[in-house]
Amino acid sequence: MSAMVRFTRVTKQYPKGVTALDEVSFTLDRGEFTFLTGPSGAGKSSILKLIFVEERPTSGEVKVIGQSSVTLTPKKIPVLRRKLGVVFQDFRLLPDRTTAENIAFALEVTGAPPKRIDPKVMRVLEQVDLLAKADARPHELSGGEQQRVAIARALVNDPVLLLADEPTGNLDERSARSILDLLCEINRAGTAVLMATHDLDLVRATSFRTLELHHGRLVFDAGTMASGATAGVPGGSST
Amino acid sequence: MRLALREALLSFRRAPMLSALSITTIAFSLFAFDLFGLVALNLRSALRQVESRVEIRAFVAEGTRADAASAAVGDVQSFPEVERVTLVSEAEALERARQELGEFEDVFDAGILPASIEVRLREGFRTPDQVREVAERLSKYDFIDDIRYGEEWVEKLYRLRTIATFVGLALGTTFALVSIIIIGSTIRMAVLARAPEIQVMRLVGATRGFIRAPFLIEGLVKGLLGGIIALGLSFVTYATLGRLVIQAEFFSVGHSLLGLLAGALIGFLGSAYSVDRHLRRVA
Ligand SMILES: Nc1ncnc2c1ncn2[C@@H]1O[C@H](COP(=O)(O)OP(=O)(O)O)[C@@H](O)[C@H]1O
Ligand SMILES: [Mg+2]
Repeated sequence: MSAMVRFTRVTKQYPKGVTALDEVSFTLDRGEFTFLTGPSGAGKSSILKLIFVEERPTSGEVKVIGQSSVTLTPKKIPVLRRKLGVVFQDFRLLPDRTTAENIAFALEVTGAPPKRIDPKVMRVLEQVDLLAKADARPHELSGGEQQRVAIARALVNDPVLLLADEPTGNLDERSARSILDLLCEINRAGTAVLMATHDLDLVRATSFRTLELHHGRLVFDAGTMASGATAGVPGGSST
Repeated sequence: MRLALREALLSFRRAPMLSALSITTIAFSLFAFDLFGLVALNLRSALRQVESRVEIRAFVAEGTRADAASAAVGDVQSFPEVERVTLVSEAEALERARQELGEFEDVFDAGILPASIEVRLREGFRTPDQVREVAERLSKYDFIDDIRYGEEWVEKLYRLRTIATFVGLALGTTFALVSIIIIGSTIRMAVLARAPEIQVMRLVGATRGFIRAPFLIEGLVKGLLGGIIALGLSFVTYATLGRLVIQAEFFSVGHSLLGLLAGALIGFLGSAYSVDRHLRRVA
């Protein structure tokens, strides 16, 4: 089976000549949990944006679930995005809608049959343990709960890959850990996860594969255990 | 489609002030458009009426033989521009004058009024040039003394109508453009107000058509509502003026529907423009 995501010598330059990614190559397999680390500005978000086609590569090829950036037409983008889930640091929930409505929105706007919406919403609410808050609006929820709603929304279309861009960036340590636990659980259920974070404590708490970026270059690709030595970060201690 | 409709209606409920504002602006610009249309419509029908009275009157010299005159009438009748030719004999001219000026009937004696050939031209052949053309052809009969056809009048009317048509077209186009821009910017406000929704829709894989649909419907409905209000205002203006000043003409049902359609179209185009601009910027 071919890789689910394949970057081949991908370079991304933004207008004004910023080179965010420089000849990056890697692959992600189905069902894999992968961390994407590196300091702020290293190019983590750019990689995620290239995967869900928010951006196009300047050169090289990004291949996602069989769709190549070289041949992908605008019409096919929505189809591809329905197979991906995306969550962000700032949650991006709609403030005037309840938890359940926020999640249902993702189904409604992708043309799901109305009868199948409620059961699906209930299922993911249960999965993220928020059944009790189904009718709360975002401002009535804690940051951790809001991120759970966002994750539920990302999951409701049954994606094969969940992309998370600094999902714990706005959360306290405890909430961050519980979000990570949730993502691990989702991964165990079969969904691949690619999580961008600069929180090395979280990365070290697991033994998942880690891709590390520096100034747009992939400087490291291995399990966490080895990352301390190679990336020059003392293993075990926090930074 | 049902969802798009619901979203479109929801935006009215979520931002009633903004919606009311945009409908009002649309209504007023279409109202101005309608008012001008009414003026143009009435001017045109007034002109057509005046034009329909344009008549060439060729006076027949005294002592002309009746058969020569009627032969001329037959000739003139065969001109393609001519609708009707009437030979008015001296006696008939006198009779007419008596009827029109009954109380002075004693003043007229037979023989004072000349006989004449009256020519009415067909619609579409009443421009000053065409009238002059026919008049000149008439003057070639040597028994014709004098020809009158209100030449300066005809020319002035024509110039007025040409000006009215041009001003109407220019103003109409300007108002339509202004309306499109106004609708575009109000929809743009609506688009910006819903930028977070649009962002999420794009994120979860909603199609472009799906994202656009509610805004297009919203623009269409707003344009249509604006058109209806404008038409209502125009009718009130028309009725008030009609009672106070002059009896005028209002739009036909067809024209009214056309006006509403124009409102809807303007709303549609304006919102298509601003949604596409927004989507292009964020995509
Ligand atoms: N839309 C953009 N336009 C211009 N420069 C950008 C844009 N997005 C990111 N960059 C630049 O690209 C580099 C990488 O950014 P990013 O991928 O967001 O890194 P990270 O997520 O690791 O912080 C940074 O220098 C950033 O300023
Ligand atoms: Mg980032």
